[in-house]
Amino acid sequence: MTTITPYRSTARDAGDGFGQILHAEWTKFRTVRGWVIGMILAVLVTAGLGVFLARASSPSCSSQTSGGQQGPTQHGSACAGPDYALGPGGEPVSDRFYFVRQPLAGNGSLTIRVTSLAELGRETVNNQPAGSILVPWSKAGIIIKDGTGQGSAYAAMMVTAGNGVRLQWNYTQDTPGLPGAVSAASPRWLRLTRDGDTITGYDSADGTHWTRVGTVRLSSLPSTVQAGLFVTSPQYTAYSSSLGTGNASSNATQATAVFDHVSRTGRWPASAWTGDYLFRSGEMGFQGNGYHQAAGRFTVTGSGDIAPLIAGPLNDGPAITVRDFLLGTFAGLIAVAVVATMFMTAEYRRGLIRTTLAASPNRGRVLAAKAIVIGSAAFVAGLAAAAGAVLIATDIAHGNGTSLFPEPWPAELRIIAGTAALIAVAAVFTLAIATVVRRSATAILIVIVAIVIPFVLSAPPGIPAGLTDWLLRVTPAAAFALQQPAPQYSQVQANYMPSAGYFPLAPWTGFAVLCAWTVFALAAAAYLLRLRDA
Amino acid sequence: MSLPAAGLSRARYGSQTLHAEWTKLRTLASTGWLLLAAAALTIAVSAAADAAATCPSGGCQTDPAKLSLTGVQAGQAIVAVIAVLAISGEYSTGMIRITLTAMPRRLTVLAAKAALITGPVLVVSAVAVLACVLAGRLILPGHGFTAAHGYPPLALGHGPVLRAAGGSVLYLALIALLSLGVATAVREAAVAIGLVLGVLYVFPVVTNVVTNQHWQRHLEQIGPMTAGLDIQATANLRSLPLTPWQGLGVLTLWAAGALTIGALIFRFRDA
Repeated sequence: MTTITPYRSTARDAGDGFGQILHAEWTKFRTVRGWVIGMILAVLVTAGLGVFLARASSPSCSSQTSGGQQGPTQHGSACAGPDYALGPGGEPVSDRFYFVRQPLAGNGSLTIRVTSLAELGRETVNNQPAGSILVPWSKAGIIIKDGTGQGSAYAAMMVTAGNGVRLQWNYTQDTPGLPGAVSAASPRWLRLTRDGDTITGYDSADGTHWTRVGTVRLSSLPSTVQAGLFVTSPQYTAYSSSLGTGNASSNATQATAVFDHVSRTGRWPASAWTGDYLFRSGEMGFQGNGYHQAAGRFTVTGSGDIAPLIAGPLNDGPAITVRDFLLGTFAGLIAVAVVATMFMTAEYRRGLIRTTLAASPNRGRVLAAKAIVIGSAAFVAGLAAAAGAVLIATDIAHGNGTSLFPEPWPAELRIIAGTAALIAVAAVFTLAIATVVRRSATAILIVIVAIVIPFVLSAPPGIPAGLTDWLLRVTPAAAFALQQPAPQYSQVQANYMPSAGYFPLAPWTGFAVLCAWTVFALAAAAYLLRLRDA
Repeated sequence: MSLPAAGLSRARYGSQTLHAEWTKLRTLASTGWLLLAAAALTIAVSAAADAAATCPSGGCQTDPAKLSLTGVQAGQAIVAVIAVLAISGEYSTGMIRITLTAMPRRLTVLAAKAALITGPVLVVSAVAVLACVLAGRLILPGHGFTAAHGYPPLALGHGPVLRAAGGSVLYLALIALLSLGVATAVREAAVAIGLVLGVLYVFPVVTNVVTNQHWQRHLEQIGPMTAGLDIQATANLRSLPLTPWQGLGVLTLWAAGALTIGALIFRFRDA
C-alpha cells in the first residue's frame, strides 16, 4: 500500500498580507512604461513652466508693466533691483512718514491728544474727483522707534481715518483700540510708555479714563530711542480686474493731523522737536509735508505708509513671488491625474481587475494599496517638480535681477511640500473617482472640472472675485491655497485677488477641503468596489 | 449593415459612413448626457459670473458680453471630452477594427466623425450661448450694468454682441475638432483629454504672470484659448493682441493642425 503525498510547492508561501498587495500594485505601476513617462512628464512640465516663467518675467526696464500704474510714489521698480527696506521679521516693508521726534533716553512715556485727522491734496482718480473716497488707513499718532534706520523696529499708537484707534508694531502687527473717527468734538488721547523692552499703548476718549490697548515686546531696543508724533497716508489705489487684464491706478495722498496736550515723563532733552520726512526716495513724496508748532498745538502733514509691502501684481511690493514659478502645477496635476485614472481604469479595461480581486479578495485593501502607491508616486513627482521649479527659477530670477519677493524659509518649505501634498492627494482623489465611475474619460473630466477649472478661472484676472472666491472655498481647488506666498494683512489695502496669489482660505484649511473631498470619494469608492461585481 | 460593395459610388459610400457613424454616436447614452452637461456647466458658470459681478462707481471697466459668456471657458472641457470619446471609445473597446473593416477608407471615417461631432456641438452650444446672453440680459442690470452707466442690456441685434455670441458657438465647435484631432493621434481617452485641456488652459494661466509685455503679447496670440476667446470681446478691441476674427482664425489653425496630424497617423498606423 502506498501513501500518496500531495504535492506541495517548495516556493515560499506568498500569503495575502497587505505588504504583498502593496508590492503587487507597485509592480503594476512600475512596469507600465506610459505611466512612468506620465509621472516624469508631470515633473518636466511643472518645472519647465517655472523656468520659462522665470525667464519671461525678467525685468523690462521701461516701466512697471503690469497694469497702468501711475502716480508720484512707486516702490520696487523691476530694474533697479530691490529698493525696499526689510522689517525686523525680514519682510519687505514700507517705512515712510513725517516724524516730529526727540530722543528718549531710558524709560518714559509720551501722551498726546489728537483732535483732527484730515486729508489734503487728493488727486483725481480715473479723471473723476476722488474727494469722497476715504483712505481708511491714513494714520496719525505717536511712535517709539529704534533709531531712524529704515525698517527699524517700532511701536505706535495711532488714530486712523477709517479704522479707529490702533496699536501697531513692527509693520505686520495690529491691535484695535477705540472705534470711531476722530474730531474736535470727540478727540482721542493716546499714550505710549516704555519700560525696558516692553512698550504699552493706552487710549482714552477724555484723558482721565485710560484703557490699555496692548503691550508689545521689542527685543534689543537700544536705551535711547526716537519718539514723537507721526502722520502718514498711503497711496489710494483703484483696482479694476477686467477686460482680461488687471489694472491699478494709484494716487499719492496726504493727511494732516492736529495734536495738543503733549505731555512726557522720563529723560527727554530740553531742545526743540525735530521734523523729518523720513525715507523719502528721490523725487517721491509730497511738497507740503511738514509740521507747525504754536501754543502747544502741533499741526503735522505727512504721506507714505508704515506697513508691510504687499507682494503680487498691481501691489506696491515685489510683483514676482515663488508662487508664480509654480503656476505650471495645474498642468503637472493633469498629467498625474491621467496616470492615476488609468491606474484604476486599465484594470477594468483589460479585465485584470478580476485577477486582482481573485488574488486578494479583500477589496478595501486593494483600494488602499492602490491609493498608497499612486499617492506616494505622485508625492515624489510633485516634490521633484515643485522643488525644481522653485529652486531653478529663483536662481534664474536672481541672475536676471528680477525683484523677487524674499520668501521666508518656512513659507518656502510649506509651498514646496504643500505642492507635493496637493498633487499626491489629488492623485488619490482621482483614483477614487476612477474607481467609482470606472471610465477614464468620465473620471478625468470630473477631476478637471473639480480641481483644474476652478484654478484656471481664478488664475487670470477678469472673472468676478465673488465667483472665484466661492470656487476656491468649496471645490477641491481650495488646496491651491498652499501656494500662497505672502500673508494677507487686514491693515493694508491691496490687490488680494487669487490672480495675485491670495486665496480666500488659509493654506492648510484649503488643503483640508481637498482632503475632505478625497475621504468622501474614497469612502464611496470602497463601498461601490465591495458592492459591485468587478 | 451591408458591407461596401466593390462598385459602391463615392457619394453612396460617404453617406453610408455618415449613417454608420451617426448611429454609433446617437446610440451611446454618454453623448447625450455629456452634451447636456456641457450646456449646463456653460450656463451655470456664466450666470454665476454675472451674479458675482460688481460695478463700482468709478466705472465697471468690464466687457459685459465677455462676462456673460464666461462659462464657455468651463464648458469647453466637456465639449472636448465628447469629441475625444467619439474616437477613443472605439479604441478602448476594439470597435475600431470592425469600423475599419466595414469602411476601409479611413479618412472618410474621420471626416464623417468630424462632421457628426460638429453638428450636435454647434446646436447645443448655440442653445447654451443664447441662454448665457439671456442670463446676462436679466442679471447684469441688477449689478450696476445699467444704461445710466453706459451699459445697455445685452441684445443680439447689437453687432459686437452677435459676433461674441456667434463666435463662442464656433469656438466650441473648433474645440471639438481640435480634440478629435488630438484623440485620433493619441487614442487613449484620458491622455487625449489631459493633453487638450493642458494646452488650452496653460496659456491664460501663464500669460497672467509674464511681466515681459513682448512675451505676453505673443503668448496671447498663439494660445488656442487666449486667441480664440478674443472673439468674445466687444469693447476695448484695440488693446487686444489680435482682432476677434483673427483670434478665432488662430484657433482654426490649431484645430486644422491637430486634425491633419490625427488624420496622417490614423491613415498610416495600424488600428
